[in-house]
Amino acid sequence: MLLIRCPYCEEERPELEFRNAGEAHIARSANIAGESDDDFEKFFFIRSNPKGIIHERWRHMHGCARFFNAVRDTVTDKFIMTYKAGEPKPSKLPEISNEVVAK
Amino acid sequence: MSGAFRIPSAGRLSQAKTARFSFDGQSYAGIEGDTLASALLANGVHLVGRSFKYHRPRGILSAGAEEPNALVEIKRDAARKTPNVRATVQELYDGLAAQSQNRWPSLSFDVGAVNDMASPFFSAGFYYKTFMWPKAAWKSLYEPKIRAAAGLGVSPDQPDPDHYSSRYAHCDVLVLGGGAAGIAAALAAAETGVRVILADEQAEFGGSLRFESGARIDGQDGFAWAQGAVAKLAAMDNVRVLSRTTAFGYYAQNFVGLVERVSDHLKAPGHELPRERLWQVRAKRVVLASGAIERHMVFADNDRPGIMLAGAARTYLNHYGVAVGKNVGVYTANDSAYAAAIDLKKAGVNVAAIVDLRDNPTGPVIDEARALGIEVNFGRAVIRAGGKLRVSSMTVQPKNGGGERTIPVDAILMSAGWTPSVHLFSQSRGKVAFNDETKRFVPGIYAQDCVSVGACNGTDGLSASLDEAYAAGAKAAKDAGAKTARGMKPKVDASESWSRGMLGAAPGAGSDTTVKAFVDFQNDVTAKDIRQAVHEGMRSIEHVKRFTTNGMATDQGKTSNMHGLAIAAETLGKPIPEVGLTTFRAPYTPVTFGAIVSHARGPLFDPTRRTAIHPWAEAQGAVFEDVGQWKRAWYFPKAGEDMHAAVDRECVAVRKTAGLFDASTLGKIEVVGPDAAKFMELLYTNPWEKLEPGRCRYGIMLREDGFIYDDGVVGRLAPDRFHVTTTTGGAPRVMNHMEDYLQTEFPHLNVWLTSITEQWAVIAVQGPKSRDIIAPLVEGIDMSDEALPHMSVREGKICGVPTRLFRMSFTGERGFEVNVPADYGQAVWEALWAEGQKHGAAAYGTEAMHVLRAEKGYIIVGQDTDGTVTPNDAGLDWAVGKKKADFVGIRGMARPDLVAKGRKQLVGLKTKDPKVVLEEGAQIVEDPKQAIPMKMIGHVTSSYWSQNCGRSIALALVAGGRGRMGDTLYVPMPNGVIEVEVTGMVFFDETGGRLNG
Ligand SMILES: [Zn+2]
Repeated sequence: MLLIRCPYCEEERPELEFRNAGEAHIARSANIAGESDDDFEKFFFIRSNPKGIIHERWRHMHGCARFFNAVRDTVTDKFIMTYKAGEPKPSKLPEISNEVVAK
Repeated sequence: MSGAFRIPSAGRLSQAKTARFSFDGQSYAGIEGDTLASALLANGVHLVGRSFKYHRPRGILSAGAEEPNALVEIKRDAARKTPNVRATVQELYDGLAAQSQNRWPSLSFDVGAVNDMASPFFSAGFYYKTFMWPKAAWKSLYEPKIRAAAGLGVSPDQPDPDHYSSRYAHCDVLVLGGGAAGIAAALAAAETGVRVILADEQAEFGGSLRFESGARIDGQDGFAWAQGAVAKLAAMDNVRVLSRTTAFGYYAQNFVGLVERVSDHLKAPGHELPRERLWQVRAKRVVLASGAIERHMVFADNDRPGIMLAGAARTYLNHYGVAVGKNVGVYTANDSAYAAAIDLKKAGVNVAAIVDLRDNPTGPVIDEARALGIEVNFGRAVIRAGGKLRVSSMTVQPKNGGGERTIPVDAILMSAGWTPSVHLFSQSRGKVAFNDETKRFVPGIYAQDCVSVGACNGTDGLSASLDEAYAAGAKAAKDAGAKTARGMKPKVDASESWSRGMLGAAPGAGSDTTVKAFVDFQNDVTAKDIRQAVHEGMRSIEHVKRFTTNGMATDQGKTSNMHGLAIAAETLGKPIPEVGLTTFRAPYTPVTFGAIVSHARGPLFDPTRRTAIHPWAEAQGAVFEDVGQWKRAWYFPKAGEDMHAAVDRECVAVRKTAGLFDASTLGKIEVVGPDAAKFMELLYTNPWEKLEPGRCRYGIMLREDGFIYDDGVVGRLAPDRFHVTTTTGGAPRVMNHMEDYLQTEFPHLNVWLTSITEQWAVIAVQGPKSRDIIAPLVEGIDMSDEALPHMSVREGKICGVPTRLFRMSFTGERGFEVNVPADYGQAVWEALWAEGQKHGAAAYGTEAMHVLRAEKGYIIVGQDTDGTVTPNDAGLDWAVGKKKADFVGIRGMARPDLVAKGRKQLVGLKTKDPKVVLEEGAQIVEDPKQAIPMKMIGHVTSSYWSQNCGRSIALALVAGGRGRMGDTLYVPMPNGVIEVEVTGMVFFDETGGRLNG
């Protein structure tokens, strides 16, 4: 079970308290009704599904109930960082090695 | 006397009490502290089971959790029958009753053993090859026969009467494995004051110190030191010591699952004790001290009862005081088996010969064996074992060929070397590395905050292991935040050291296709099977494993994986690391469902939600149905009524006089704030800005894709306050959907959302007499049609308590929904009921509610819609605000496919024969005479007998349905085709006059 840091509670809490809410930083157009079919397709259906770093939304469902964003590695499942909803995509990620070398 | 093979001077159980037990009905004596295996061996019983595929007689291979052969059924009573218990792990208690498995009619004469003769048919991949055709035979013939003939124990056929418990725990340092290394690591960590958990799967700590007679630590015998050290740890406040506890799974971020066997070893477990306890531990640091597992030698008929691992034989002697034979042979490729021979010889057991595959090994144990007068043969192999139900001889040959010599023995102790237990390390997603010199996979690259110490890390020798473990324990504590470090590292005074050995098939594994040299005992996989898999084209070890099933039994190949890999590599002509190691997966050893399920069974499986009015309904004899977690009154049968009669009566009563219905489970959300109306505009298709306070509107919520997500009546209590209702099942997801948009898409809106589902009890009073029933109890609300028209809401009092009184109808009758604080729900219901009785009102349940709404063509989201239905499809275009610039789903709704012609639309269906009630979910076709598979143009979504209409009624989704009014369509059913007519959705009171009736 993963530990996830809620950027609002400022605490690491077990995965059971959270719910994933899909990819982050997909903006809903202010003029959604006027969007072309292609633009709506991109907005609604197309997701990046990367092998590696993903920006995704989570909700601290059984905690503060806030939605926030996380950067996670889909290969190792490791959370690299979390940040509040509305904040921009972090330009630089903290250095986290996926492999801890033998001690 | 507790068995003829018990040696009073040996072992640690001599002072203990006798325990009687039975095996296959035969009574025996053992000693408390025995395992079932040691007690059987003490009585000279080696034959304990039949193998999975060939039904070959099998004995006891090991003295621990790796046991592949000695699987038995332990029976306490009819319900407490546990199959596939490893006899080497099951502790003996007085009265224990065990049965052998997978044999008929008896263990020594088993009809299934013909499989052994027929073995050419059961070779590698036989499941894939033999039973290919015909397909139908799988169900009727192959699978049942294979299951009956090949298999493990029989599952219990009664519910498990035991209870299980579950705990979460947090610690700084979790030490897995309580042998010398684990204890040393735990001591080092514990002395710093951090929180430590030390767990071991055995009843007693000590690991290999149980059998290593040569180990001395801090001036004591190794095992005695272990007991003292663990007692010291257990007495410390910051340490939790768990024995009989197996770490079965290592998950993300140092989350480890442990199962503690609490009472399986007790004669009469009290009901206050759980059978097992699941520990879910989160540790800052994990120290893996899981030891090593000895490998067997792979030679012909190496599975005969009496042939076992040398370390196991030594454990039986040094810990349990049991000799595994009177005249034993030893077959080895490393030093450790010599120590077993020496200990047995010293205990008075004859050692017929040591056969060592190595050419010219040297070392103190070899010298000592010779000095004791044991015959030692180098460069020789055991090429076959004699005997059937018990080994009777070993045939020895120089390993490069030559004359054979058969030596009579009653047991063979074998050792091909020791495999580091990297299972948990591998589960942690660490990557193993192959050490070419020692031919071992050892921890290489770590993925989590853990460290391996001792034998599981490939560290040889007690002294080196303790040093490494103590340092690692101290470092783990420091990394976890320990400030101080004090204490004394244990000092090793004497130890044993052995490594190396061999991997793969020994010369006695033969190239002959009739030779059975077992690699995997539990799945009956031989060296020949693995070679054959390679010859048939398997290249990856994962393919070899699946084709042969090597390592896929419940022991997960603890003894067999490395041999299988080496044989595959040799056959492929590739080095071992290139062929790769199969992945280790949780659980390390089998875990009971009980431990995982714990208390979450029966009524505790899922929360049960009951409304405030539930006790009244129960007292009235209501029949309840489950709707999500809710218990809802389904119908209220009177004496002699079946469901059909009760529902008919309830439906008629509502339209004739009135009915009371508990609608408390409706989801309710309060949307409050200066921007509440703006928010509602965005979340629902309808317009809200202009809805007057005090009025209600039926709202439709879409997802962004344009499909109906939820619906419900919304009342505007004030300019900045909406009382939103949702479907019963939809409340949590609607709330989540609203929060999502409010927090992330429309955070500029000043709105608060509050779930009020459980705050308000809701009593629907519906029918021509509804106002007459309510009015006498209401204060402060004008109940006239002018003041309180259909689709309006007022706040006031009923029975002296606050109410939000909705005038609304889900039946098509004049109707009200009385919301009162949940605590008053039943009292107000009873008052309304008393009034209702004066007018002949009935209580009605969810079934009548469904029928009544269907008579009016009111949809139920999730029944008449399925996530692919647009408002237009459902005939609800009128509820979509045409002038709105934005709402969730506005763009999705306009997608080409969603506005295309021929979409399925909701319509009514009337069967030509009014007595026939359609089946919900039944498919609809245009032409019943077309060939199968027919073109299906829709399906029935709701269907009922309507007593009010005097006929059956149905709603259906039909392609282009609204253009087919009056058409005849067909519903093909197993008993014939039903003719239906397409109609509008309203079956009763089409003009809607009764809303004010
Ligand atoms: Zn939070």
